[in-house]
Amino acid sequence: MDIFIQQLINGLIVGSIYALIALGYTMVYGIMQLINFAHGEIVMIGAMVTITCINLLLGLGVQLPGPLLLLAGLLMAIPVSMLLGFTIERVAYRPLRRAPRLAPLITAIGVSIVLQQLAMLIWGRNYRPFPAILPTVVHDFYGAAITDLQIAIFILAFLLMGGLFFLIERTKLGRAMRATSQNPDVAGLMGVNINTVISMTFVIGSALGAVAGVMVAANYDQAHAYMGFMIGLKAFTAAVLGGIGNLAGAVVGGILLGLIESLGSGYLGDLTGGFLGSHYKDIFAFVVLIAVLIFRPSGLMGERVAERA
Amino acid sequence: MSTPLLQIQGIHKRFGGLHALNDVGLSINAGEIYGLIGPNGAGKTTLFNVLTGLYQPDEGRFTFDGHDLFRKKPYVVVRSGIARTFQNIRLFANMTALENVMVGQHVRTHSGVIGAIFRHPKARAEEAAIRTHALELLEYVGIAKRRDELARNLSYGDQRRLEIARALATRPRLLALDEPAAGMNPSETEGLKKLMQKIRDDGVTILLIEHDVKLMMGLCDRIAVLDYGKKIAEGRPEQVKNDPRVIEAYLGVAPE
Amino acid sequence: MNFAFLQTPRGKLITYAILGIVLAVLPWVLTGGFENGKAWVRAVDFALLYIMLALGLNIVVGYAGLLDLGYIAFYAVGAYCYALLNSPHLQAMLPYWAHNPPFLLMLLVAAFTAGVFGLLLGTPVLKLRGDYLAIVTLGFGEIIRIFMNNLDRPINITNGPQGINNIERVHFLGIDFGRPVQWLGLTFDMVHLYYYLILAFCVLIIFVTLRLQHSRIGRAWVALREDEIAANAMGINIRNVKLLAFAMGASFGGVSGALFASFQGFVSPESFVLMESIMVLCMVVLGGMGHIPGVILGAIIVSITPEILRDVINPMQEAAFGKRVLDPENLRMLIFGLAMIAIMLVRPEGLWPSKRRAREFHEHDEEARA
Repeated sequence: MDIFIQQLINGLIVGSIYALIALGYTMVYGIMQLINFAHGEIVMIGAMVTITCINLLLGLGVQLPGPLLLLAGLLMAIPVSMLLGFTIERVAYRPLRRAPRLAPLITAIGVSIVLQQLAMLIWGRNYRPFPAILPTVVHDFYGAAITDLQIAIFILAFLLMGGLFFLIERTKLGRAMRATSQNPDVAGLMGVNINTVISMTFVIGSALGAVAGVMVAANYDQAHAYMGFMIGLKAFTAAVLGGIGNLAGAVVGGILLGLIESLGSGYLGDLTGGFLGSHYKDIFAFVVLIAVLIFRPSGLMGERVAERA
Repeated sequence: MSTPLLQIQGIHKRFGGLHALNDVGLSINAGEIYGLIGPNGAGKTTLFNVLTGLYQPDEGRFTFDGHDLFRKKPYVVVRSGIARTFQNIRLFANMTALENVMVGQHVRTHSGVIGAIFRHPKARAEEAAIRTHALELLEYVGIAKRRDELARNLSYGDQRRLEIARALATRPRLLALDEPAAGMNPSETEGLKKLMQKIRDDGVTILLIEHDVKLMMGLCDRIAVLDYGKKIAEGRPEQVKNDPRVIEAYLGVAPE
Repeated sequence: MNFAFLQTPRGKLITYAILGIVLAVLPWVLTGGFENGKAWVRAVDFALLYIMLALGLNIVVGYAGLLDLGYIAFYAVGAYCYALLNSPHLQAMLPYWAHNPPFLLMLLVAAFTAGVFGLLLGTPVLKLRGDYLAIVTLGFGEIIRIFMNNLDRPINITNGPQGINNIERVHFLGIDFGRPVQWLGLTFDMVHLYYYLILAFCVLIIFVTLRLQHSRIGRAWVALREDEIAANAMGINIRNVKLLAFAMGASFGGVSGALFASFQGFVSPESFVLMESIMVLCMVVLGGMGHIPGVILGAIIVSITPEILRDVINPMQEAAFGKRVLDPENLRMLIFGLAMIAIMLVRPEGLWPSKRRAREFHEHDEEARA
């Protein structure tokens, strides 16, 4: 088996999931300069609801092919996550829109804690296995293994990203979102309903997050109430790496981070003569992030904001 | 006249494709009020930013009072004796007027962490001197009564004055004022004019950007005109006023 | 109510005297009045450590306006400093003179080392703004933790995830802080002894913070927070002032960490996770950023509330449902999270902001109404 290609494939799959989640962070950030700390929890809830829903159907004895079961689960999880995203913005962020930046950051952290604990109360402290409903077909790809599931994740992730770009660039809502991110006050004067735009941003981001959550759970065969924290952190790192607020940056950052982690953990031991093993994988991501930001303080694709004196 | 206080030659500054300053040179003599005018976007503020160290010029020479200040950091520039105000007032909004002026003295004072914690006699004396001098400066620009107000709560005109006081607190030899009269009514402008003359009479040279041509004509000893990043004229106010290139630049006669 | 009396010199003296007496007898009230009093004194000891941390972070975030999400790293550095020099784990490898250094020297070493780490963090991030800074500091915190987790090979320095055990307690002024002391007919247990020790350092740090706040350096920090470009143009050396803020904040964390290691007798990377950084930030913001009494209040609330909830949740559940319906651990964190949200929604400026900041918010309200 070719390790390089294998790590490349793994990196691309994980990276496309990161990218999907990073889009949620970057959209919210672009419009309201807020780190939506609770986004990772929405990803987690998306995964949890899907698993519960599939198990429920299986328990009822529903005979459906795996992908359809999964679709049913997703169709349940997406609205739940959307509703959650909508509610969070309404309750925890909207009242603080004119407050100093750190106040909504703290409520975001509060929401994150609440969702985590709620998830633990509902689903318990243990890992939830992803139901074995999908056939594991392994293909050989230049000496590396790739499953149907991975291919599906990759394609779906890019279809969703394409859809989002279409929405942002070509639709009325997208134009309103872009206008709001440029200058909410002016957009408001021009007749854009800021509240609706912000709500829609959360709703769309949450839907993407829910799908990403299911992808994570399916890819690793498990889900956990704490999973949102780490995956959210990684995705946020990816968004910053690409230049936060920039959609294309989120995608590039996500893919790049996935590749860096995967290749890094595969080769870190060799590179350092065994001094640093693969358990330093998380460091690798952060070191690259810091290095990039030193040379490009606004991320890879972020606008270089000239200091206006 | 002996050597000029400030002298720049062949200054270039480019932003990507934009050649914001193109071979600009000027010299300012000690004790004069030197005006800088030009249409919007002519490069006046860019020149200011270069002169105060906020921007690094691409090429050229820049000496001040015997110091070479080419591509020097702002704190070096300020220490050498150049202070500035901003076109769109940049006060420390949530500090009081007094504190703003106290911050201005940072560059002329030395107390560090040790002094702050132990408050030894030297540190105490310095802190007292900072406060006294700040009060004097507030008095000087005429806003002593508002010393405990937050800067953000001052009236527009008082904010302009506070910015001048804060700049004077750095004990400059050259004070660079970026459109200090913008947004002022005629009586405020008149007061400002008197203040600038007083500052000059007290030995501080002034470099002034202003759109109010009447004010400039009555106040400046010499004026330079910038257009598209180039200096197109320099001289006494009445000379500049009648210079055909200046009229062309301002009235927008087709440049071709 | 009229608080004017408190502002007079006499009033201040009386206030401080009362405060001093309350603080002096607090541990005895707790051990005397509660069944599990020692656990409460222990909780208070930790609250004091958190006050030190929150005040340190307040310098970076509250004064200088630099959002730091990896602050706990400095606490970790201080703690490991103490642990490595005062436990058998690494001593075999260290020269004899480095074993169990005198207490005050040890604290200086911890403060200094943490300060150096502060500079290490500060240097690459000088040009970063706002949220970029936040994520890099967060990454820095994680890097430190991951190293502590993995530096058990090739050479075993930190003993990895197992952490370091058998850390010597403080020996200071002839007292072994690990053993009960009889004095004035009272038995001072370890939690009591540490209470007074940590309290002393807490007061010292409050004093230092107050002094810094009203100084040339403190003003430069606030100027930096208010407008970096203007501060630059006023001749403030932005680089030095920022690095100083990082180093000062870090050294407070280092002192606090060293005390923590000696009090706990054990350190492991698990004590220094990202959530801890976030909690310290919450203390600063919930209490009232930049305002020392507010930050202290925030630290007390955030560190003590979960402890109180721990004790009241089960009785509450039993009273309401007749049995324990929900996992008390989750329920208490859930309530904690809800409280955080509620406090911020009601008082975005924090529970006890400086008068100046409160005024600023009030004006915002008026603008919003207008």
